[in-house]
Amino acid sequence: MSEKTFSALRSTAAVLKKEFASELRTRYAVNALIMFVVTTLSIILFAFGGENVSSEVLAGLLWIVIFFSAMSGLSRTFVSEEERGTTMTLQLLARPSSVYFGKLGFNVVLILSLSLLIVVLYFIFISNFVVRSYDIFVATIVLGGVGLASASTVIAAIIAKANTRGTLYPVLSFPILLPLLLAVIHATKLSMEGMPFEEAISDLQLLLSYSVVVITASYLLFDFIWKD
Amino acid sequence: MAEFSVAAKEIRKAFNRRVIFEHISFELSRSESLSITGRNGSGKSTLAKILCGVLTPTAGSVSMTFENSIIKSEQRRAHIGFVAPYLQLYDEFTGSENLLFATRIRGLRRHETEVDDLLKRVGLFNCRDDRVGTYSSGMKQRLKYAFALLHKPALLVLDEPMSNLDESGIQVINGVIEEQKQIGIVVVATNDAEEAKMCRHNLDLNDAKRPLPSAFS
Repeated sequence: MSEKTFSALRSTAAVLKKEFASELRTRYAVNALIMFVVTTLSIILFAFGGENVSSEVLAGLLWIVIFFSAMSGLSRTFVSEEERGTTMTLQLLARPSSVYFGKLGFNVVLILSLSLLIVVLYFIFISNFVVRSYDIFVATIVLGGVGLASASTVIAAIIAKANTRGTLYPVLSFPILLPLLLAVIHATKLSMEGMPFEEAISDLQLLLSYSVVVITASYLLFDFIWKD
Repeated sequence: MAEFSVAAKEIRKAFNRRVIFEHISFELSRSESLSITGRNGSGKSTLAKILCGVLTPTAGSVSMTFENSIIKSEQRRAHIGFVAPYLQLYDEFTGSENLLFATRIRGLRRHETEVDDLLKRVGLFNCRDDRVGTYSSGMKQRLKYAFALLHKPALLVLDEPMSNLDESGIQVINGVIEEQKQIGIVVVATNDAEEAKMCRHNLDLNDAKRPLPSAFS
């Protein structure tokens, strides 16, 4: 590994560490995310009223909660820098790719932790949420989370400087995330029905390809997005 | 210190259709200093940001050479220190933590003692463990100098350098600037005539929309 690559990795790791340290001190994203998850799940439980709901609906609801939680929390990595005026500081310190991958790493950890929390609460509070193919389910949650984080991170960087970022973020995110959402909902449904792993291969391949394409495109375009 | 130079060539900056300045050209070598002056809105801060690479010019270019080799734009940040009132550090971290994070993100190998020495130099050693959010505006300005000097930059760009500083702070920063003028390049963007006098050359942006090329005198 060349010195330049090693230096870039160290810088990325330092940005990632800064994100975690800052989040632990400010709880800028975590508090909003947890409150959103608890509120949304409570509404879902009240709406069910003890009725048995089909696996298609449960799969869709699971990803609705994950998607909208992501919308409320993942933009904050870049929006908080703009709001606090520290964007220029980061521009002076780190190359754009280190900033992008550091913040992407943070968002991946955040969304996977959030997904784990939501899944655990689902298992506890929704009695007919039963997963029969855990291999498909875990792969879907992981790949879906990475895809969600990768798209959300670059969209957050784009809208961070806008005045109407609160409205723009979900409006821009939805069409870009739609293919991912369709795939994860379908794969989750397959996992609840106990299908063999091979049945979900096409969905999982789509999720993996989605992440690779979005991350590659983001890396190539991030210089232009990040600089004024 | 090795030979370092910065050159601005026919820089033009416009926001939408409003031209801020154009035909800005100059070249500075080690031990040279330039003050950028002009009325409010003439583009002093804008030009300072362009030199630091955080703003892209509409036309023209800024180039830097180190030991006669051109420095690629993505590597320039290692040679530039920037201080400005609108530059913010992280309020949730302490003064010391801000500098340590900066060293890690820059990939520098600096021990805590070196960071402490820098904080002593700007007069913030006693409050290094206090969160920056509790600092006064003058203390934040001093911390910005520590932040800008951490990587021993060849080019130091200062926008309103004495902003928010008390008498002792001004003395400290005068010392920093004088030292930097010996070993590197200093560019000061200012409204203050006294601050402008710190530099050998002057670029007045008041006339920077003329069609003829302008250079510092």
